[in-house]
Amino acid sequence: MSSNQEVYAPERWHMKVFLLMAFVTLLLGGLFGTLQSLDKMQVDWYNFLPGPLKGLYYLGLTVHGVALALMFTTYFIIAFLNFTVVYGLKRPLKSRALVHLSLWISIAGLVTTLVPIFLNQASVLWTFYAPLRAHPLYYTGLALLVIGTWTTALNAFATWRDWKKENPGERTPLMAFVSIVTWAMWLPASLGIAVAAVYYLWPWSMGITETVNPLLTRSLYWFTGHPLVYFWLLPAYVVWYTMLPAQVGGRLFSESLARLVFLLFIPLALPTGFHHMYTDPGVHASTKLIHAVLTFAVIFPSLITAFTVLASVEEGARRNGGKGLIAWVLALPWLSNPSVAGQLLSMVVFAMGGITGLINGTFTMNLVVHNTMWVPGHFHTQVAGAVTLTFMAVSYWWIPLLTGRALWNNKLAVIQVWLWTFGTLIMARGMHWMGIAGVPRRTFLSRAPYANFGEWDVAGLMVGWGAVIATVAGLLFAVIMIMTAFVSKAPAKVEVPVAEPLIKKDRMPVILDRLAPWLLITLVMIVIAWAPSLYHIAVHHPQVRGWVLW
Amino acid sequence: MYIDRYERIWIIISAFVLIALFGVLLYSYYGQGIHLETNVGQVLPQDVPTTPPFDNPGLHEIGPDEYDLVMIAQAWAFNPREVTIPAGSTVHFKMTSTDVLHGFKILGTTVNSMVMPGQITRVTYRFREPGEYLFVCHEYCGAGHHVMSGVITVE
Repeated sequence: MSSNQEVYAPERWHMKVFLLMAFVTLLLGGLFGTLQSLDKMQVDWYNFLPGPLKGLYYLGLTVHGVALALMFTTYFIIAFLNFTVVYGLKRPLKSRALVHLSLWISIAGLVTTLVPIFLNQASVLWTFYAPLRAHPLYYTGLALLVIGTWTTALNAFATWRDWKKENPGERTPLMAFVSIVTWAMWLPASLGIAVAAVYYLWPWSMGITETVNPLLTRSLYWFTGHPLVYFWLLPAYVVWYTMLPAQVGGRLFSESLARLVFLLFIPLALPTGFHHMYTDPGVHASTKLIHAVLTFAVIFPSLITAFTVLASVEEGARRNGGKGLIAWVLALPWLSNPSVAGQLLSMVVFAMGGITGLINGTFTMNLVVHNTMWVPGHFHTQVAGAVTLTFMAVSYWWIPLLTGRALWNNKLAVIQVWLWTFGTLIMARGMHWMGIAGVPRRTFLSRAPYANFGEWDVAGLMVGWGAVIATVAGLLFAVIMIMTAFVSKAPAKVEVPVAEPLIKKDRMPVILDRLAPWLLITLVMIVIAWAPSLYHIAVHHPQVRGWVLW
Repeated sequence: MYIDRYERIWIIISAFVLIALFGVLLYSYYGQGIHLETNVGQVLPQDVPTTPPFDNPGLHEIGPDEYDLVMIAQAWAFNPREVTIPAGSTVHFKMTSTDVLHGFKILGTTVNSMVMPGQITRVTYRFREPGEYLFVCHEYCGAGHHVMSGVITVE
């Protein structure tokens, strides 16, 4: 065992527990997703679910959203950012108590959220728009999920502070720094959902308050809801910037720009949430316009990423004999290394989703696609494609590293990432198509009297069969993980990939190793883009009673 | 801070493209007058039956080829759910919800709005082509969400 591995030895057990929770929720949410997609080609398997779940499409849809968007992502990210902070700083997490606390809070959040959902007491989807009123336990569970991320973030900051005390004047290692920036982006962002759940929705669901302001809780939801997608995405960026270049034998093209990109997300991710509410009454058009401008701004760091990451990969490909203007991509291990192939494919899918995201952000075009199947088409390319596929790709070296057992069946893992990519792309293509035809999202189409499957049939077949392919890939992933973690006999021979910068003596402004100035700008952005609207909505907009309509 | 020449060029192009795209967005909004939902007023759900215009849902002619269509969304139906208008009519939709969030999308048009309890939704659209226009609720509103729809017949 090398000294590098000893660094995270005391952290292995809790990472493993978080990963177990992540993969179980991935499987659970994924299987309900399959049922949703089959419904889009008029195959109603909800009809065949056991007694208490029979026909409950919206219960399944709630499980799908909560288990995947809120649980799988969060648990994987907690485990992974703990790893990158520890490995990057070469020291264990500061507080054992916070490690235990985060874990127990997260487990409690999992149980408290899923129990009322499965008892059909919280079929409000993962967006829980009031005045649909779920069981109080549901809001309690959501709050616990958020608090579990806060305690983890706190531990990361404390560990970083200790590192700085021992290394005065030194630049924080990139891998740890960008992980800590991810937490710094998430902390202020998560306040919206926390306030909505704890301060407004929980007392209301308990009957302590009689009414709720639906526009306010919806706005608070999207205060967190958009930065939430960057909370999923930035860990994937951590991988693409600080690990992937090493995996392809290249170096990181520009460390300064990598830091700048991550730091830009802190102020830019937050003031964009009203772009999810372009078609809402009660929100002034000028507010929406401000958020539209800032939505275009937050695309900027991702465009820089496209260059820096591709340039780093290209450097690796050329060192391995890649030639030509474009042909160098053939020198990459598309068919031999599942971790690299998975990440490269996830970027291809991500680029497509970036373009559809620009379309959504353009509120005039958004009028055509808002709340249609187009929207899940867009975010499935981003969450199932970019984020989940990258997390799977990481797992192909990380699980062997954590368990000490070699990856079981490398060939099958390569097939898995390609199947997942094709499945996701075919499904998303069908969803986009249905959306342009006007098919509403979040709708039990098999039972919708107006559903015109004659006109939508090819698109619906793509959604259904694409999801079937993705399901096969998902199950393959589960099999590979189980076999690797419990059955594989060969010892793992993996190193943590750490990308070296191409330019070693890059003199970098000190602001690229600080958080405070960026958090200050963020505060200003919140005051400009959110405070006046939220205040106005909270004070002047109507309170209404709650409804349980399922 | 060192930035490679190609990288610098890419950054400038990226910024330029985003600014240009945003310019197109502004042009479509101000120049072409594409409607964006805004804050036009509030009505409490319990006051809907007694507050004009919502006390009288339905189609009201207000001028030559110009109509107000007052519509109430509630779980899980629109009131009215069937409307007939002559081709070339301009329709001003005035909507609200008496219970939870609903959505309103007329397929094949740019009419696409949220309908919320407490809030008034106003949209205007001119129906040029004759035909049957399906409209649906596109926000989850409970167990019967998928049956919530209606038809505008343009003759």
